[in-house]
Amino acid sequence: MKNDFRARNHPAYWAFLAHRVSGVLLSLFLPLHFWALGRALQGDAGLDAFLRWSEQPLVKFAETVLVVLLAAHLTGGLRLLALEFLAWRDWHKSLLALAAGVTIAAGLAFLLNLP
Amino acid sequence: MNTRSQVLLWAAQRASAAVLAVCVVVHLVTIIYAVRNGLSAAEVLGRTQGSVAWAAFYALFVAAVSVHAPIGLRSVLAETFNWRGASLEVTVAATGLALALWGFRAVYAVFA
Amino acid sequence: MSALRVSVWRGTESGRFQSFEVPRLASQTVLDVVTFIQRELDPTLAYRYACRVGMCGSCAMTVNGRARWTCRTHVDSVAQGGRLEIAPLRNLPVVRDLVTDMTPFFDKWASARGRFQGGATRKDDFARVAPGSPARQLADAGIECIGCGVCYSSCDVVAWTPAYLGPAALNRAWTLVNDVRDTGNRARLAAVAGDAGCHACHTHMSCSERCPKQISPTAAIAGLKRATALAALRGELEG
Repeated sequence: MKNDFRARNHPAYWAFLAHRVSGVLLSLFLPLHFWALGRALQGDAGLDAFLRWSEQPLVKFAETVLVVLLAAHLTGGLRLLALEFLAWRDWHKSLLALAAGVTIAAGLAFLLNLP
Repeated sequence: MNTRSQVLLWAAQRASAAVLAVCVVVHLVTIIYAVRNGLSAAEVLGRTQGSVAWAAFYALFVAAVSVHAPIGLRSVLAETFNWRGASLEVTVAATGLALALWGFRAVYAVFA
Repeated sequence: MSALRVSVWRGTESGRFQSFEVPRLASQTVLDVVTFIQRELDPTLAYRYACRVGMCGSCAMTVNGRARWTCRTHVDSVAQGGRLEIAPLRNLPVVRDLVTDMTPFFDKWASARGRFQGGATRKDDFARVAPGSPARQLADAGIECIGCGVCYSSCDVVAWTPAYLGPAALNRAWTLVNDVRDTGNRARLAAVAGDAGCHACHTHMSCSERCPKQISPTAAIAGLKRATALAALRGELEG
């Protein structure tokens, strides 16, 4: 018999979930990102066409989500590196709050800097 | 895959993570700054083309991601689909190679 | 006097929840509830307990989705709206009703080399181990484990990776890695490393969250990750 959500409903598990989901989504995004940048091989025009397309609000929203995913994966990852490599301390729960805070800050910084 | 290799995979995952931590922070700051006046090819390529330092930075970024992402995906695929063994290792190695090739192509496209 | 509506798992891996009504009493524990059901309502209910005072770990079950010691779980702290759901521990074969087969749990304990291996004989003097030494403190942090299976049952990696040794076995291995008298650590590190060992841990921390003795297997596993990685880089990891 397996565990259900009741056994998983605690902060460290949510952190794992956020880290895994963001990692998978970023992995799926990367090929698209490399393809888009590769358009520069067709000269300025190639890249410009893509950049103009990306100015649509929906795309900007998706980009903001990606920034949040990246920040979440980064801060969650730093938290993991701390948990695995530093001598065990009792403030590990605070690491999670810190990671979440920085993630939101990064997302906001991106959103607020959009023209 | 023997135990020692599995342990070294874990070590490579953490090492690439440390490299990526630096790369991602720089990348996030850069794009948040770059996005301020809107993005255009002229602006972006104007800054990047011919820059050896930035090219080297992003080449390192691509290399680290090509190590980090496949090892992560390996765990996700194994645990989600109970997929283990040679076929998984080959698939995951192939994604790493694909990421590296496409990534270096993108670096060339933007910095050459 | 109010009554509790209690759903109890009956059967093996396949089965169903059976509903009972149990009188609610002050300071009642979940073990009291199960015992009442078996003695007064249905003698065919199978369950385990021994000390009933939080020392042996035999009464561990899944209560409202979380693994815990039923003798140390007050009904008042878990019964939302007068309802209780009692099931066997997860991740273990179900013998019948609330009884699980602990064999895989202890087999993995052995596979992780969770047994002390000494090099001294009766002719040698006592080992002198300073209690305040860093290694001894690390060992002491995990030494109180009584093998109840709550952490193993709470761990999703155990469910996703059948060969995974699990938090208890790895925690025990870590206490021995930090035991200066133990001579078997080279083989032990090899035994706990890899995809079925400490490296499978994703730091969910469900084990540390649920351990009734407040042990943190996550900390132990992090220590094992460092120790095995060091051994691998030095070429000291067998296998």
